[in-house]
Amino acid sequence: MNAADNAWVLASSALVLLMTPGLAMFYGGMTRSKNVLSTMMHSFFLMGLASIVWMFWGFSLAFAPDAIKGYVGGLQFFALAGVGGEPWPDTTIPTTTFMIFQCMFAVITPALISGAFAERMKFSSFIVFMVLWLTFVYSPVCHWVWGPGGWLAELGALDFAGGTVVHINSAAAALACALIVGKRKGYGTAPMIPHNLTLTLLGAGLLWFGWFGFNAGSALSADESAAMAFVVTHMATAAAAMSWVFAEWIIRGKPTTLGVASGAVAGLVAITPAAGFVGPVSAVLLGAVAGVVCYLAVLAKSRLGYDDSLDVVGIHGVGGTWGAIATGLFASKAIGGTDGLFFGNAAQMGPQIIAVAAVIVYSFVVSAIILYVIKAVMGLRVTEEDEETGVDTSAHGETGYNL
Amino acid sequence: MKKVEVIIKPFKLDDVKEALSSIGVQGMTVTEVKGFGRQKGHKEIYRGAEYLVDFLPKIKVEMVVVSDLVDRIIEKVVTAARTGTIGDGKIFVTPVETVVRIRTGEKDADAI
Repeated sequence: MNAADNAWVLASSALVLLMTPGLAMFYGGMTRSKNVLSTMMHSFFLMGLASIVWMFWGFSLAFAPDAIKGYVGGLQFFALAGVGGEPWPDTTIPTTTFMIFQCMFAVITPALISGAFAERMKFSSFIVFMVLWLTFVYSPVCHWVWGPGGWLAELGALDFAGGTVVHINSAAAALACALIVGKRKGYGTAPMIPHNLTLTLLGAGLLWFGWFGFNAGSALSADESAAMAFVVTHMATAAAAMSWVFAEWIIRGKPTTLGVASGAVAGLVAITPAAGFVGPVSAVLLGAVAGVVCYLAVLAKSRLGYDDSLDVVGIHGVGGTWGAIATGLFASKAIGGTDGLFFGNAAQMGPQIIAVAAVIVYSFVVSAIILYVIKAVMGLRVTEEDEETGVDTSAHGETGYNL
Repeated sequence: MKKVEVIIKPFKLDDVKEALSSIGVQGMTVTEVKGFGRQKGHKEIYRGAEYLVDFLPKIKVEMVVVSDLVDRIIEKVVTAARTGTIGDGKIFVTPVETVVRIRTGEKDADAI
C-alpha cells in the first residue's frame, strides 16, 4: 500500500461524490420551478440508493472474478465480504479504497439518466428502475470495461475514467427512458423554459470541480498519470465551454450562460475516456470539437421528436461517443496506454468503436426491457393532473420556492 | 377622488416615483406585473430552442388622489416614463367612491 496513492484516491472519491449534488443543481435549474425539487431529488436520493446497492451486490457483480466469462462478476464480494486492506490488483491502494471510489461512479451514472425523464416520472417507479438498472446494466458494463477479465478490456478498448461505462451507458438508457416514458405534457407547444440558470451554472461549476477526482483519481495513484489527466481534463473543458458559446453565437446570435455551462459539461464528458492517454494540445482539439458537436446534437433533438428533457443524449451520448472515438485518434503512448490513429496506430480504432456500439446496444435494449416491465406492473408516469400541478407538490408535498 | 393606475417599463420606476413625489403624491403601491400590448413578447433561446415569451415584465404603480391632482400626475408620468419606443406603457384613471384610513377611521380626502 502506498499512503500517497491511498490519500489521493480517497480525496478523489469525495470529489466525485460532490458531482452528484452538482448535477442536481445543474439539472434542477433547467426544469420549470414546479419540478425543481423532484428533479434534484432524483440525484440526491441516488446518493443513498446506489451506494447501498453497490455495497451489497453492485461492486461484486462489477469487480468479482467472472461468473459468466467476460460478462459479469460473481457474488463473492456480496456485502463487501473479503473486501479489505489488501491492495486491489495492479494498484497500491486498498481494495476498500477502490470500492468506495467506484461507488461514487455508481452513484452519478444513474443520476445522469434522470435528466431524460425529469418532470414526469413516478418516484416509486424511479426507485425500482434504478435498482434494476444498476444490477443488470451498470454493474455488467462496468465489469466489461474495468472488471477482472472483462471482455472489452481484453479487447484492448481504452477508457480511462468511464466514457463508455458512465456516459455512453447512461445516455443510451436515457434515450430508452425518453422514448418509453414519453414526452412531457405540452412538449413542443407549451414553453418549457429553464427556471433558474444561476443554479445550473453553480452546478456546472461543481461538476467541473468534482471531475478532477473523477478523471485524475482514475489513475488510482498520485503520480504523473494523475497529473496529466488533471491537466487535460481542465484544458479540454476550457476549450469546450468556449466552443459551444461561439457555435451558438454564430448560429443563433447570442452567447448564453446555459451554453457555457453545457459546453463545459460536454468537454468534461468527452475528455473522460481520453484523460491519461492524450496530451494537452490533443485535449484542446478534443474539447473544442466536443462543444460544437454536442451543441449541434442538442439542436437536432427538436427535429427527432423525442423529449429528452435535459439533453442527456445530446451531451453525454454524443460527447461520450466522440470522446471514445477521439481516444482512438489522439491516444499517445508517450502519455500512457497505447498509440492512437494520429500516432500511427490505426488498429486502436477497432476496439474503440466496438466498445461504443456494444455499450449503446446493450444499455438501450436492457433499459428498454426494464422500463416495459415496470410500465406494465406499476406504470412509469405521474398522473396527468399531478404533472400539470407539478411533481414537487404532487409527489413530494413540497415547493422549491416559498416567497 | 380618482385612482390612477400606471403601467411602465421597469427601469423607469425611479424616475416616475421621483416625479410623483415632487408634486406631492403621498403614497403609492407598486407591483411587478407581466403583460403585453402592441409590443408583444420577445424571443428567448435555451440550448438552441426558441421560445416566444408572450408576457413582458412591467411595473404597475397605483395611487388614489384628489381629483385636482390627476392632470398634473398624467403630465409628470408621461414625461418621466416616455422613451419614445413601443412598450412605454399606459395610464388608467378611474373614479373612487370611498377611502378609509384604518388606523383612525378618517374618510375620503382626509384619508388619502
